[in-house]
Amino acid sequence: MSAATLPDTEEVWRWLSEVPDPEIPVITITELGIIRDVDYEGDTLVVTVTPTYSGCPATSMINLQIEEKLREKGVEKIRLKRQLSPAWTTDWIAEEAREKLRAYGIAPPIDGTAAQGGNDVLKGRIARMTGENLTVPCPRCGSADTTRVSQFGSTPCKAAYQCRDCLEPFDYFKCI
Amino acid sequence: MAPSLSDIMTPDAAELARAAGKGASAPLEMGSREHDLFVGLTRLGDNTLILGHRVSEWCGHAPVLEEDIALANMALDMIGQTQLWLGLAGEIEGRGRSADDLAFLRDAWHFYNFLLVERPNRDFGHTLMRQFLFDAWHQPMLKALEDSSDARIVEIAQKAGKEVAYHIERSADLVIRLGDGTEESHARMQDALERLWPYTGEMFLGDEIDARLADSGVMPAPESLRGAWDETVNAVLDEATLKRPEGDFAHKGGRQGRHTEHMGHLLCSMQWLQRAYPGAKW
Repeated sequence: MSAATLPDTEEVWRWLSEVPDPEIPVITITELGIIRDVDYEGDTLVVTVTPTYSGCPATSMINLQIEEKLREKGVEKIRLKRQLSPAWTTDWIAEEAREKLRAYGIAPPIDGTAAQGGNDVLKGRIARMTGENLTVPCPRCGSADTTRVSQFGSTPCKAAYQCRDCLEPFDYFKCI
Repeated sequence: MAPSLSDIMTPDAAELARAAGKGASAPLEMGSREHDLFVGLTRLGDNTLILGHRVSEWCGHAPVLEEDIALANMALDMIGQTQLWLGLAGEIEGRGRSADDLAFLRDAWHFYNFLLVERPNRDFGHTLMRQFLFDAWHQPMLKALEDSSDARIVEIAQKAGKEVAYHIERSADLVIRLGDGTEESHARMQDALERLWPYTGEMFLGDEIDARLADSGVMPAPESLRGAWDETVNAVLDEATLKRPEGDFAHKGGRQGRHTEHMGHLLCSMQWLQRAYPGAKW
């Protein structure tokens, strides 16, 4: 591919928006908000990716999928750059992706409810127990009468919940 | 004469790196800025690595499925943080050692974690009590590291801090529920607290490396985290109806590479594959 035929970055963004998240295939990696930048360094395409959680095992799979997609589109010189800061937040998950999560059976994150920890750990605990700052509606029946089973669900980014009305167990995408 | 200890037969990671021409051959000079930073970062990474490994031992053994999954995911967070800390440590060292090399090819005396995190799991309550005592230190530590003079440390601390906020929420919650639970769970939590207590003091004992790192604004002095830890621990133990032990005797040495008998057994299980098949990949 000569410099004259290098795809423009908007085109690359479109290609990347075809790459599904390996854990939650109904949403794409661009909707997840983990692609931070697409740019050229000379004729090398540099894609900047930020991890969701430090230990997320999907990270290396995502990098592989990005590379595969770009190779498939004919890009030869690719560099994937890891960027930690600013740290990924669920606030970056696109609005339409939240609906897709819900339809898939995962309650989407409720912004502004991330754990604070620290000396507020007791206050946060009481708030969560009473549902004062966090009511997670059931993605299946919509009932607000749900209960947290565990702070950590099927992946570190989710918590396990159960609906008291329809009894459906479900994952909640934790706010971080 | 052939070496008598099998681990001497295992190629040393630094030796392998040297052979591959990956980095400098000379070890860092003791007391140099780089050596201090390497040790400081290794201490952070070794804490999360060893505790992460301990917690992962529960995989498939927890009392209920949900807790099994939760423990495995907590372990995953800690191993992820380890990759960041040890990755940076290897970069600073400049001898071509990756986070994996540091995790799998060092021996006990080159690990600098707290003795607390190498304590065996015992029962579920003991595991959560150990986690809570660690989390109550970990969170203010990361908070302080967000103000480090080293931008690379700030980035990792911010990332890890968001995860650890969930760790402490979970461990504090379970300490309270089990402490203020049945007669049996209360007794077990009090017992766990008393067994682990002598291992908590080490978290706040600084040495000359800590002093130099604190002077240059890279990492906080360990002593400075005591207040925040005491406040969280007292509040949670109170809520859990558990009695804070009185003694302040502290077992120490882990941060200088002097470990308890449990460390070798842990490494034996964690490292055996790389020791038996050096360089194995999948």
